[in-house]
Amino acid sequence: MPSEKVLMNAETMGRTIKRMTHEILEMTGGCKDLLLVGIRTRGDHIARRIADTIAGVEGTKVPVGLLDITLYRDDLITNVANAYLKETEIPFPVTNKKVVLVDDVLYTGRTVRAAIEGILDFGRPRYIRLAVLVDRGHRELPIRADVVGKNIPTSSDEMVQVHVVEEDGQDEVLLLKKDGE
Amino acid sequence: MSVKHKNLLGIEPLDKVEIEQILDGAKIFKELCAGNNKKFPALRGKLILNLFMENSTRTRSSFEIAEKRLGADILNFSASASSLTKGESFYDTIKTLESMEPHIVVMRHSSPGSAKFLADNIDASVANAGDGPHEHPTQALLDAFTIREKMGTLTGLKIVIAGDIAHSRVTRSNIFLLTKMGNDVVLSGPATLIPREIEGLNVKVETDFDKAIEDADVVMMLRIQKERQKESFFPSLEEFNMLYGLSRERLKRLKEKSIVMHPGPINRGVEINSEVADGARSVILEQVSNGISIRMAVLYLLAGGKINELTH
Repeated sequence: MPSEKVLMNAETMGRTIKRMTHEILEMTGGCKDLLLVGIRTRGDHIARRIADTIAGVEGTKVPVGLLDITLYRDDLITNVANAYLKETEIPFPVTNKKVVLVDDVLYTGRTVRAAIEGILDFGRPRYIRLAVLVDRGHRELPIRADVVGKNIPTSSDEMVQVHVVEEDGQDEVLLLKKDGE
Repeated sequence: MSVKHKNLLGIEPLDKVEIEQILDGAKIFKELCAGNNKKFPALRGKLILNLFMENSTRTRSSFEIAEKRLGADILNFSASASSLTKGESFYDTIKTLESMEPHIVVMRHSSPGSAKFLADNIDASVANAGDGPHEHPTQALLDAFTIREKMGTLTGLKIVIAGDIAHSRVTRSNIFLLTKMGNDVVLSGPATLIPREIEGLNVKVETDFDKAIEDADVVMMLRIQKERQKESFFPSLEEFNMLYGLSRERLKRLKEKSIVMHPGPINRGVEINSEVADGARSVILEQVSNGISIRMAVLYLLAGGKINELTH
């Protein structure tokens, strides 16, 4: 049995997302031309919550897109990734917009690399920034997040799992450690 | 979920879940391609051989577009340009092609079973683009996709397939697919063009076309190959049109929401009249554009991709 440690519960996760929202608004200078794009399947829920928080603070609804990066992966052919093609919904032009990519966990950086390529296929944004709930280190590409919910130093035999109410019935961040490996 | 087969040789070996998965994948690809960007790097670095031993315009170009949209490298072979005309056996051609290390081979061939023969003798995945009168799986899949999209369901429908049943690989693949999904399939046409064995495939035969189309949700017309008339399958094209052609009068008697399909190429004034082919019920051109999405999904799955189950 792998051991399990709760790194964030629903309450701390809610607070963290609020703080991230303010940092995003500070970074982008408000909601003008701001687009949030969540990377499926956890980043999209976090992106929606950030958008809800922005609506509460600024009274503006920021468009939220969903990006599935499966077609852009570099490990599709080797089948390393257990990735399933899902729908992408970016029903607005991204050209000249401030795009903030939102994901749950930043790890090797390969997902973000694929997501950047995916966004660029939709147009030429003014810039792309990256917001993640958890940064667990171990980058394999020169990529960093602009807004981080929580930095969690991990070893590579550990796993960080973000659960959201919409998918998993509960908000929490877990650190799983595989036994005997 | 992923299709567990290495090849797409026909509809017959697929189950319901696998069929739905291909249709779901096509839906995703169709939506993706409806945007500004139509090109995705999923099959980057994969070599696809298009081996067309028999003439084909729409299937071949549809596959080629699908391959290009997925970023694959493409090599086209046609029978006239290949060494087969110099006397090389099909087996030797396959072995030569294999040494070029393709990942996927798309083949159209005049002999039934040729796709299986190819698959048995090559490491690459094989997509059957029509093997004689046997099967034409991607055509049946794009038909099913079009029906599901237009009718909102792919089950419990009455689907009439009419015309030259005997010489149609499209019909066989469609019968397999549509009956697997739980539809009533009715075949109609002159008795000389309906092989007797086909009733074993869980379909009804109604040689009276007017009776056949009563309460039909989908009417799928097949091309009458004009050269067949010389082979005495029916007396004249005019008579065929009168008895089995989809005319405006027959269209009026169809259900309000029913659709008219045709795999193409159409013979205006033979199996389908112009005002029907160009009319509001006709989805003939949509079938063609849906073919690209279906072939993207098929190639993506054969290359090892997986497709998420859609919530309908």
